[in-house]
Amino acid sequence: MSLAEEVDVLRQIALFERMEPAKLKLLAMTSDRVTFRPGGTMMRQGDDGDAAYVVITGGANVLVNTPNGPLKVAELGAGQIVGEIAILVDIPRTATVEAQDELVALKISKDNFLRLLNNSPQVGIEIIRVLASRLENTTNQLREAIAKIPK
Amino acid sequence: MDRTIYGFIFRYSKAQQIFLLIVTCSAFPFIYLQPDIVKRIVNDAIRGSVSDFPKEVLGFEFEQIPFLILMCFGFLLLVIINGGFKFFINSSKGRLGERMLRRLRYTLYGRVLRFPLPHFKRVSQGEVIPMITQEVEPLGGFIGDAIAQPVFQAGMLITFLIFIIVQDWMMGCAAMAMFPIQGYIIPKLQKKVNALGKRRVQAVRRVSERISESINGIQEVHSNDASNLMRAEFAMHLGRIYDIRFEIYQRKFIIKFINNTLAQFTPFLFYLIGGYLVIEGNLSIGALIGVISAHKDMNSPWKELLAFYQQYMDARIKYEQVVEQFDPPGMLDESLQLEEPESVSPIPKDATVAAQSLTYQEDETSTPVQNLNLEFKAGERLALTGPSGGGKDELAALLARLLIPTGGRVAIAGEDLADFTEARTGRRLAYVGPAAYLFSDSVRANLLFGLKHRPLATPEIDEEETAARTEKMAENARAGNTDEDFNDDWVDYKTLGVDETATTDDRLIALLEEVDLTRAVYDYGLRSAVDLTGRDGLSDRILEARARLSALLAEQSLEDLVEPYDPEKYNDNASLAENLLFGTVISDKLNVDALGDHAYVLATIKEVGLTEDLLGIGRETAALMLELFADVEPGDALFEQYSFIKAEDLPEYQIIVAKFDRGGAEALNDRERSMLLTLPFKLIPARHRLGLITDEIRERVIEARKHFREHMPEDLAGAVEFFDPAEFNAVASVQDNILFGKIAYGQAEGPETVGRLIDETVDELGLRRDIVGAGLEFQVGIGGSRLSGTQRQKIAIARALAKQPDILILNAATDGMDTRTRHALVDRVLAAAPGGVVWAVGDGEYLKGFDRAAEVAGGKVVNVETLDSAAAEPAS
Repeated sequence: MSLAEEVDVLRQIALFERMEPAKLKLLAMTSDRVTFRPGGTMMRQGDDGDAAYVVITGGANVLVNTPNGPLKVAELGAGQIVGEIAILVDIPRTATVEAQDELVALKISKDNFLRLLNNSPQVGIEIIRVLASRLENTTNQLREAIAKIPK
Repeated sequence: MDRTIYGFIFRYSKAQQIFLLIVTCSAFPFIYLQPDIVKRIVNDAIRGSVSDFPKEVLGFEFEQIPFLILMCFGFLLLVIINGGFKFFINSSKGRLGERMLRRLRYTLYGRVLRFPLPHFKRVSQGEVIPMITQEVEPLGGFIGDAIAQPVFQAGMLITFLIFIIVQDWMMGCAAMAMFPIQGYIIPKLQKKVNALGKRRVQAVRRVSERISESINGIQEVHSNDASNLMRAEFAMHLGRIYDIRFEIYQRKFIIKFINNTLAQFTPFLFYLIGGYLVIEGNLSIGALIGVISAHKDMNSPWKELLAFYQQYMDARIKYEQVVEQFDPPGMLDESLQLEEPESVSPIPKDATVAAQSLTYQEDETSTPVQNLNLEFKAGERLALTGPSGGGKDELAALLARLLIPTGGRVAIAGEDLADFTEARTGRRLAYVGPAAYLFSDSVRANLLFGLKHRPLATPEIDEEETAARTEKMAENARAGNTDEDFNDDWVDYKTLGVDETATTDDRLIALLEEVDLTRAVYDYGLRSAVDLTGRDGLSDRILEARARLSALLAEQSLEDLVEPYDPEKYNDNASLAENLLFGTVISDKLNVDALGDHAYVLATIKEVGLTEDLLGIGRETAALMLELFADVEPGDALFEQYSFIKAEDLPEYQIIVAKFDRGGAEALNDRERSMLLTLPFKLIPARHRLGLITDEIRERVIEARKHFREHMPEDLAGAVEFFDPAEFNAVASVQDNILFGKIAYGQAEGPETVGRLIDETVDELGLRRDIVGAGLEFQVGIGGSRLSGTQRQKIAIARALAKQPDILILNAATDGMDTRTRHALVDRVLAAAPGGVVWAVGDGEYLKGFDRAAEVAGGKVVNVETLDSAAAEPAS
């Protein structure tokens, strides 16, 4: 896949939709395209975060360690971003992410990701939207969970 | 050491100086004859009247023409004789001067090796180095002239003087009249010049010291924005030198001026007194003219003598200024270093080591060790604990005799350690300090450094080399240098433990294991090219590993992790430059990063018709860079990491692209074309993903690759070691030889997985030992700078263990390592040390394995505690 095609894929991702073409190209150019084998680990819970990934093709499972072993909490598909939290707040990875099948992702290093946020307010807003919807999601789950606890 | 330069000269070169003097004097008649024969050619042979001929020379009669020929050949002969004398005298002087200079430097360096260690706190490298190198340099020239020149010139002077006195004693008195005045005034003036000379030497030393300080503290200069301060300080010192030097010039020329003026007083007296005598009829006019011309001749030796006098004064100051710096109090006695004992007796394990009222005073204000008493057995494992600054560091150094006690003594089995030769302290004791120094050489040489005390075996050399060696050693002896040959084998293999069952490599690898350094050295070996001499069959086994690795990759269906080099295929994980060269560059005539500039490369791509395409790709790449980086700040790290074009070059590329778009490649000049051409050579398709390298271009690059190899011009012959799947590449690293390809971009965990598989392959084929062996050749850099601090310390400890010391003394040798490494190292070293161990450790440190712990505080032993060696509790 060439850079031009990558840019096309990136453009279809909500996060980068409104980004200027030159900046999007620069992002593609400065990021590594990484292929993971089926079952390959993209990140491991507890490790230091040095990069965020944008899934280009393939799917991934998001797993969280529990006393009863890993628990799948979410799935990721093409166009989704993962791993940005560890970069934004400098905490260890909060979950493990494993490729379901062969997965191609764009690996955006910490420096480049922060630069991107500085240079492109739209991307920042989009990230906030993603995070907010995740928070909303988590809150809902929490509410349901609390409702289930017998009083 | 001789205090004066003439003392030094007489002691070491009296015979040669006298010889030089005799040769110089015997040249004199010929020098005198040469102008005389010229006179005879002109006066007798050419201007002579026919009636004077035939003339008789040595019993033969000559007519005018044959006489002229004879005289002319005589002249030629004299020219050759005089030239020959001059050549012989000058080269003898040069040789003598150089030998003496060599001796002086050798002596000075030898003294540096015997300086008491605390002296190095007071003198800086920046002072010592120029003293041995530059300051003594002019002395060589002076020493050759030291006797012959003044005696010869004075002899000439006296000859002319006698001639004048013989003519008339009053004239003689007139000729000498100025001597007392000159002899009084000139030394007086010279004295001031001498004082200035001394100040100049000191000022120049200060400058070298400043330079060396700035280099050592360069980080601080940058991080404190202190460069302007440094510049100003340096300018101040330079200003001082300027003032001194200028004043020296002034005064030197004043001396010349006064001397010349005084010298002209003599003819004044001649005309006055001589004229009077002639008029009175007491002196013939012929005699007066003779005297005046003789006096004229006197002028030249007199001037030479004065010049010599000034040169002597200069040399004297330089010599004395240097020598006085090389005689600090407390220097180690020479015999302790030079004498080789019959045998160096080991220190038995049950010998008592006793510090008795041991005192070490550093200067007036600081006495780190005071009246300290401690006894232990040589074979004991003793920890020295206590606060830093409490004296345990100094105690460790005193026990290793690196410091000399100012009071009390250290006795080993009743003998005073101060009387031990270095042969004994340096072989039976070992010391590792907190920042051990590694020499700029291989890991191997550093490990063996502690085993090279004397040359033990001469390598096998043929007759010619033996003769050269004999001559070299004879010359060493003439200059008073050592009779030990650096090129001999100095390694004490017996102590190292080399025998039929273990080679040097085996022993060194065992040592690395003892300090847990094998893995690191293995990594260095993997990343460096291996020297195949003495490693038969290694290249074949590495080739085997190459095949095995690719089989392993296939077995685990991991082929896409590595893209192997295939002569018939374009490697998408390599740059276009690498694809074109397809080999490792050996020569500096070819630079992989600047192929777009290289004439032969340009000719090759032209030959296969790639030039236009590459220019096109260059244009595309440039345009993309212009688009992407237009808004990026010039200082941004992005440029460094990702841009093909430097920030400052962007505007120029903008013009090139515009020109190209208007008029095509023809519109560009040579420089612009080459700027554009450098871009595609950097492209790595798998990494940059620009889609500019099409299959068609790939094919033609392969064509160019073959053409490049087949038509190599003569001056590039052997400049590239080409990749060949069936051949070992002697200049590539072991890893590259096994891998024989590029690790693919964009494969998650790719490099790690490949690294693991290489390790597996290496172990499967039993290559690890050889690769560690190759790692032993790794160059550690100046002061070991290419290694980490921990690695340096570990090598230093291994170097100490290699000596099999009776007592191993370690002083904070593991500082700066993390706790786990430190504890593991203590365990390993205690297990490996063959004799006793004295270890100055940090307070509250890990004491497992030690027999006793002595707490040193305030310069005294305050507590000695017997430890249960099984307990792992840190000291309280």
